[in-house]
Amino acid sequence: MKRKLRLMVAKPGLDGHDRGARIIARAYRDAGYEVVYTGLHQTPEEIVEAAIQEDVDMIGLSSLAGAHKYLFLRVIELLKEKDADDIVVCGGGIIPDEDIMILKQAGVKEIFTPGTTLDEIVKWVEDNIHPRID
Amino acid sequence: MNELAKKVLAGDVRSVARVIRNIDDGIPSVKDVLIDLYPHTGRAYVIGITGAPGVGKSTLVDQMIAHLRKKNKTVGVLAVDPTSPFSGGAILGDRIRMQRHSLDEGVYIRSMATRGHFGGLTQSTRTAIDVLDAMGKDYILVETVGVGQDEVDIVKNAHTTVIVVIPGMGDDIQAIKAGILEVGDIFVINKSDREGSDKTLGDLKLMIAMDQKKHDEGGWKPEIIKAQAVFDKGIDDLLVEIDNHRDFIIKAKGDIHPRRQPKKVREELIEMIKIQIMTQIMNKLTRTGKFEKAVAMIVKGEIDPYTACEDLFSD
Amino acid sequence: MASIFNPKVFDDIKDSCLKWKNKLDKILSSRPERLDRFSTVSDQKVKRLYTPEDIKNLDFEKDINFPGEFPFTRGVQPTMYRGRLWTMRMFAGLGTAQDTNERFHLLVKEGQTGLSTAFDMPTLMGYDTDSPKARGECGKCGVAIDTLLDMEELFHGLPIDKITTSMTINPPASIIWAMYIAMAEKRGIDHKTIGGTIQNDMLKEFIAQKTFMCPPKASVRIITDTVEFGTKEIPRWNPISISGYHIREAGSTAVQELAFTLADGIAYTEAAIQRGIDVDDFAPRLSYFFNSHVDFFEEIAKFRAARRIWANIMKNRFKAKNPRSLWLRFHTQTAGCSLTAQQPYNNIVRTTLQALAAILGGTQSLHTNSLDEVLSIPTEEAAMIALRTQQIIAEESGVTNTIDPLGGSYFIESFTNKMEEEALEIIHKIDDMGGMLAAIEKNYPQQAIADSAYHFQKQLDANQKIMVGINKYIIDNEEIPVEVLEIDDAIEKLQIEKINRIKTERNNKRVKECLEQVGDACAGNKNVMEDLILAVKEYTTLQELCDVYRDAFGEYRDPGIY
Repeated sequence: MKRKLRLMVAKPGLDGHDRGARIIARAYRDAGYEVVYTGLHQTPEEIVEAAIQEDVDMIGLSSLAGAHKYLFLRVIELLKEKDADDIVVCGGGIIPDEDIMILKQAGVKEIFTPGTTLDEIVKWVEDNIHPRID
Repeated sequence: MNELAKKVLAGDVRSVARVIRNIDDGIPSVKDVLIDLYPHTGRAYVIGITGAPGVGKSTLVDQMIAHLRKKNKTVGVLAVDPTSPFSGGAILGDRIRMQRHSLDEGVYIRSMATRGHFGGLTQSTRTAIDVLDAMGKDYILVETVGVGQDEVDIVKNAHTTVIVVIPGMGDDIQAIKAGILEVGDIFVINKSDREGSDKTLGDLKLMIAMDQKKHDEGGWKPEIIKAQAVFDKGIDDLLVEIDNHRDFIIKAKGDIHPRRQPKKVREELIEMIKIQIMTQIMNKLTRTGKFEKAVAMIVKGEIDPYTACEDLFSD
Repeated sequence: MASIFNPKVFDDIKDSCLKWKNKLDKILSSRPERLDRFSTVSDQKVKRLYTPEDIKNLDFEKDINFPGEFPFTRGVQPTMYRGRLWTMRMFAGLGTAQDTNERFHLLVKEGQTGLSTAFDMPTLMGYDTDSPKARGECGKCGVAIDTLLDMEELFHGLPIDKITTSMTINPPASIIWAMYIAMAEKRGIDHKTIGGTIQNDMLKEFIAQKTFMCPPKASVRIITDTVEFGTKEIPRWNPISISGYHIREAGSTAVQELAFTLADGIAYTEAAIQRGIDVDDFAPRLSYFFNSHVDFFEEIAKFRAARRIWANIMKNRFKAKNPRSLWLRFHTQTAGCSLTAQQPYNNIVRTTLQALAAILGGTQSLHTNSLDEVLSIPTEEAAMIALRTQQIIAEESGVTNTIDPLGGSYFIESFTNKMEEEALEIIHKIDDMGGMLAAIEKNYPQQAIADSAYHFQKQLDANQKIMVGINKYIIDNEEIPVEVLEIDDAIEKLQIEKINRIKTERNNKRVKECLEQVGDACAGNKNVMEDLILAVKEYTTLQELCDVYRDAFGEYRDPGIY
């Protein structure tokens, strides 16, 4: 039986710019994935807890208000603490190049900058995300 | 005992999440877990919440969780959203309105997609309910989109079925009339501050009265509650009515264990047998290519579907 | 009341029209046009050619008229930029109040003529820097303001009696405004002298920008308090900047931006009238804020249509008598969502075109985006280029020599008509739903915007819409050549220490009393503004006051429309 991929799209922090996050959630759905969308203004703690309850394979984080370094890294930290760091973390938004390097070094698998097509984003999931196994 | 089952009984969130996932994905080995968990089921009270999109079900569920938690009850939630018939994917967004409870250890929320299963619930909802039951949740809230006949599924799985409507639905209320009386134990008129609230109340009362025969025979008379979930109004009344219904069930049937009523057990077993048969037969037919061959022959006009079906079964 | 054309014109040109069509058909059969369909970024179809036929029913006096005359299609002032240029008002905010104060001084020195403040996410959402929700966000997208002290530092040394200040703030707008007023009072500046704008437009938050705090009805009540207070006490202040910018950035079409914004305006007007304020007392101080997006002519048509629609609404629907009530005055910002991280210097070109459209559209004030907006808060150099863009258009291009230069263009007038027609359809639809508050509850504008945003993304991905550097003229393995501004993480700690210090040094008994008074005002029908000003003078924090609102009115949470 082939497992269905479960993805999460989350907006951590106070940033309310959700145009991209919602479009990506739709794109994932159109590609056949099940997407848990957590909505706005989620703390890293809430996102990680939801990810564990929902048994998702990937968390996609969106940030356009400059707080990505703290927020994304906190999510990675919490996943480790809760022994759930097999959940892959990726992200997107307004993130300058230097910060992309820092985030990737800390464990964020990929950062999608503005200008990435939906096809690329979906294909990346296809190629890189697999259902978590016991 | 199965390791996963042990962890579920201990309330480990990850294990519960994984077991429900295995159920969802139809992993055969999950059966062992379910067998081990079964003796620990039958305690939880299951409430189904259904209604058309946009009536405020998720907001209502969110408030119900808050009220139940204040009474120190633990809550499990299954939020079911429809799978897209075109892509097979789904956006599971009910959780958004309940996220304030995500850090509460007494609450477990799980979003599920119908995965093509007609009837408003997933094939695996009953089994998922069992898992949350075994996990130790006092109440299990199952939220689903339902219009018309689609509600029927939820009544098979819940002790109390709550149907949520909003004022001004007009024709829609007539549309969901078919099947609604059979299914609704409690009706909630949400957003009751809107225009048309009293008319909706009148309409519902009329429909319930028309089913007076059932009530005269000692059946449960559905209650109607006005609420404004967003402003936390009416939730106490709803919970009181749910308690009343629960007392009624216990009086009428003795207990709330989901597998003590022959009719429901029969239905469930038939469903399970159907699934088992389908899976086994389809596996065989697809493995041997016989199924696709039959499809191709019908499409080419070489054979009629009735004969083709007979032939598939003759093996 | 007659058409601007002599009907004979159409008979006269019938023959040449036909001849031209035949010639055209011949050419097209061997050389088809580049695209099957030409459209704006909003996917509005654009014809090959516009002729007198397209505007044959246009009546000069009724539809266009003179600048400063109803329906103000050509502009709200009779002399427009010949009398006074638009205000060059660069949106700025970063780090601490001191950091932003420096940026303010620089921009004023270099010629900007109005101040505009960007706040950080905690401030925008009504949290103090020491709130757990504010972790990692201090100063990152704007200035951190926690108390009156920050406000005082923010405007230190700036002549706020001579220059107007705009503050882009929404849920806590009343409180931030109270701080500004308190600061002015402490400087001995009169209520009648200070001028500026607070954005204070919560309806568009529920629709698009999503910085929200309290539910819609309560938010409108607070906004009406500010309108009432401003009308009586601060005559040179625009208490609301009814915004379309964010609606557009969230992905709406130009028509939707226009319609939803004006529908918001209608809602605020109705609320103020219901409060008992005479429309002619407050309407002259309602202001607007639009986006200037990539399609040059669509934007110009949009601005002209906006003025005409609003003038008609004010006159016919609200029966305003004061001519100033009929003026739609607006600020414009060039479109942030049109900028690219790839080949960022191209953004200078985009901003220039968008600024030009806004100017040809008759904007009262303008912010031009910097080339590095897509990467971080603008550096000084980038902000300078953006300011110079406005100055070059003003001083060198000649477009300010005459008023509404595109007036009379078959295309522009036809397009203006179309924008008006389609926007009115949406406004009527919202009316039928029961107004904007009802429409928001039904998720109508939110869903419409989400659908438009998705539609555009699909078109972009299919190369039906082009963004240079993104899906055409791409540079592989590009090294982004610009320096990016970084906000120091350490300021968060310093700001928290500052709050702690203030909390020990202030009169906490008075603070408690003031908070109670604000709570009473919220619960009753008292206008909150006076109590807010008293409270902020005691160095009550932003969040302390916002928490009073939260307790009184409840919190609004994202319903998650996608």
